[in-house]
Amino acid sequence: MIKLEPRGERSATMAYLSPVLAALLTMLTGLLLFTLLNVDPVEALITILYVPISDTHGIAELCVKTAPILLCAIGLSVVFKAKIWNIGAEGQLLMGGLFGSYIALQLIEAEGFWVLPIVLIAGILGGMFWAGIAAILKVRFHTNEILTTIMMNYIALNILLWAVHGPLKDPEGFNFPESALFGDSALLPVLIEGTRVHFGMALALLAVVAVWVLMSRSFYGFQIKVMGMDAGAARLSGFKEKRLTYFALLLSGGLAGLAGVGEVTGPIGQLIPQISPGYGYAAIIVAFLGRLHPLGILLASLLMALLYMGGEMAQISLGLPLALTGLFQGMLLFYLLACDVLISFRIRLNPRKVKTSAPLTPLASETRG
Amino acid sequence: MDIDLITNILYAMIRTGTPLLIVALGELVCEKSGVLNLGQEGMMLMGAVVGFIVTLLSGSLLLGFILAMVAGVLMSLIFGLITMELSANQVATGLALTIFGTGLSAFIGSEFVGKPIEGLDPVFIPVLTDLPIIGRMLFGQDLIVYLSFILFGAVYWFINHSRPGLVLKAVGENPHAANAIGLPVFKTRYLAIIFGGAMAGLAGGYLSLAYTPLWAENMSAGRGWIALALVVFASWKAERVLLGAWLFGLASILHLVFQGLGFAVSPNLLAILPYLATVVVLVILSSNQTRSRLVAPMSLGNPFHARG
Repeated sequence: MIKLEPRGERSATMAYLSPVLAALLTMLTGLLLFTLLNVDPVEALITILYVPISDTHGIAELCVKTAPILLCAIGLSVVFKAKIWNIGAEGQLLMGGLFGSYIALQLIEAEGFWVLPIVLIAGILGGMFWAGIAAILKVRFHTNEILTTIMMNYIALNILLWAVHGPLKDPEGFNFPESALFGDSALLPVLIEGTRVHFGMALALLAVVAVWVLMSRSFYGFQIKVMGMDAGAARLSGFKEKRLTYFALLLSGGLAGLAGVGEVTGPIGQLIPQISPGYGYAAIIVAFLGRLHPLGILLASLLMALLYMGGEMAQISLGLPLALTGLFQGMLLFYLLACDVLISFRIRLNPRKVKTSAPLTPLASETRG
Repeated sequence: MDIDLITNILYAMIRTGTPLLIVALGELVCEKSGVLNLGQEGMMLMGAVVGFIVTLLSGSLLLGFILAMVAGVLMSLIFGLITMELSANQVATGLALTIFGTGLSAFIGSEFVGKPIEGLDPVFIPVLTDLPIIGRMLFGQDLIVYLSFILFGAVYWFINHSRPGLVLKAVGENPHAANAIGLPVFKTRYLAIIFGGAMAGLAGGYLSLAYTPLWAENMSAGRGWIALALVVFASWKAERVLLGAWLFGLASILHLVFQGLGFAVSPNLLAILPYLATVVVLVILSSNQTRSRLVAPMSLGNPFHARG
C-alpha cells in the first residue's frame, strides 16, 4: 500500500524538483504517445526538443518566441504571488497589440526615434487598460477575477477581429483581414544582425530583472507577498490591499500589453488576427512551472518556446498535428500539480500509524469570498 | 416584428441555451458538494470531439452521445484524483483540465476538422408543435433539448427534495461536520464531480452532434466558462440556472434578431454580447458581498483532508 504522509513543513528541495519531475513525466508520456501513434519515439523527441535549436537560426527563433511568453509570465508571477488569479494575459496581450497597432498606423508616415516609444507605450497602456477593468471590478464590486479576465479574453479577441476586418484593415490589402505594414520607425530594431531577434527580448530580460528587484528588494514587493500569503495579516499591518491589487494587476497587464505590441512591431510588422498562438495561456503554465521566481520563469519560458517550435517541427517532418504543443502544455501543468503534492507530503510504502497534530491544509488556498 | 421571427428567435434561444443549461446543471451539483471545477471548458471540448469521432466512424448518434459523456467523466476523474487524493488546489487543477482538454481535443480531432455528419433531427410532437409562438420553442426541438428539460427537473428535485440531495448540500456547506456525523464526504464529492463531467461531456456532444454538426478546434468558445458564471448568476439555484441559460442563449443569438430587424452591426462586435453580459451579471451579483457569501456553498473550493 502506498500512502501519503504529511511532512509537517514544506520541502524546499521538492519545490524545485517538482517542475523537473513534471517535465520528465511529460517527456515519458510523450514517448509512450509516439509509440502508440507508430512514430519512432526517439526520433520524435529529437525532432521536438533538439532539431528546432540545432543551429544559430533556431536559437534566434527561440528568443523571438520566448520574449512574449516571458513578458506575460513575469507579470503573472507578481499577481499570482498576491493570490490574484489573472487568467487574462492573453486578452491583455491582444489589447496591447491592438492599441500599439492603432498608434503605429496613425504614425505610419512619421519618422524619427520618438515613434517607437510612443507605439510601445500605447501597447503597454492597452494591456493596463484591459487589466485595469478587471482590477476595478475586483476591488470595487468584488467580482471574481478568474471569470472576468477569461470573459475579457474572448471580448478582446472579438474586438481585435472587428478591428482587422473593419477600421484598421489595409484599404489596399485586397480585402484581407490585415492592417497596412507599419512604417520603419515603428518597428523594433533587430538586436542581432541577420536574425529576427529583436529588441523585445532585451525588454523582456529587463522586465525579469526589474520584477526580481521589485519582489525581492522592495517594500512594495514584500507587501504583495504578504498579501498573498495572508490577506488578514496584510490588512492588520496596514498594507493598502486595494492599492496593491491595482498595482499588481496593472503591472501584469502592462507587461502582457508590451508582449502584444512587441509582437506586432517585432516579428509580425502589422496587425493580423493571429497575433498570439495562446502565449497568454502558456504564460500561466510558465509562471507555475517557474515557481513564480524570475529565474525559474526564464527557464520555463525557454522550454515553452521550444515546445511551440517543436510542435511546428513535428508537424512539418513527422506529420503530427500542431495541437501537440497544447497537449504537452496541459500535461506539463497536470504533472506539475500532481508532483507538487510531494512538497507537503512524502510517499510511504507500508504506512505506519503517524500522529498528526497540525491541521493539514498546506496547499489549500482561498478562492472566493 | 412578425410572429415568425419571434417564433424563430424563441426556438433558437432554447437551442442555444441548451448546452449552457446542461453544463451549468452539472457544475451546479458539483459546486453544491463544495468542489469548484474550472475544467468545464476542457471537458466539453473532449465530449465534443469524442462524440463527433464516434458518430462519424460508427454512424450512431446514440453511441456518440454516450461516449461523449464517458469522455467527460474520464476527464473529471483526472480532476477528482488530483484534487481529492493529492489535495491539489482546485482552481489550478481546473485550469489545467481546461488547458489539457483544449490541447488533447485539438490533437485527436485534427484529422476530423470540417468532416460532415448527419446531425440530430428535431422531433415534432403532434398538435403541441403547432401551437403558436411557443410550439416550436418547447415542442419542436431535438431529443437532447427535451432531455435537458428532464435533467433540469431531476436536478431541481434532487437538490431541493431528496435525501441524497441533502447529503450533497451538507457536504458542500461543512464537510467536517458532515464527516463527523458519518456522511460519506469523499464519495459524495466524487459522485458530484463525475456528474459534472458527464454533463459537460453531454453538452460538448450536443455542440458537435446537434447544434453545429461538425468538429472545429475550440468550438465550445467559452461556453464552459459562461456556465461557471451562470451558476454564480443563479445563486446556486437550479430554477435560476434554467432561466439564466436561456437568457444567455438569447444573448448569443442577438445577431439573428438584429438581422431580422434590418440592422447591420459587425458580427464580431455582436459576438461579444454573451461575454459582456456575463461580466455585467457577475458585477451586479457580486457587488453585494454579504449576499454572495451567504448563497455560495460554504466550503466551495476548499479541499477536505480528514480521512482514515
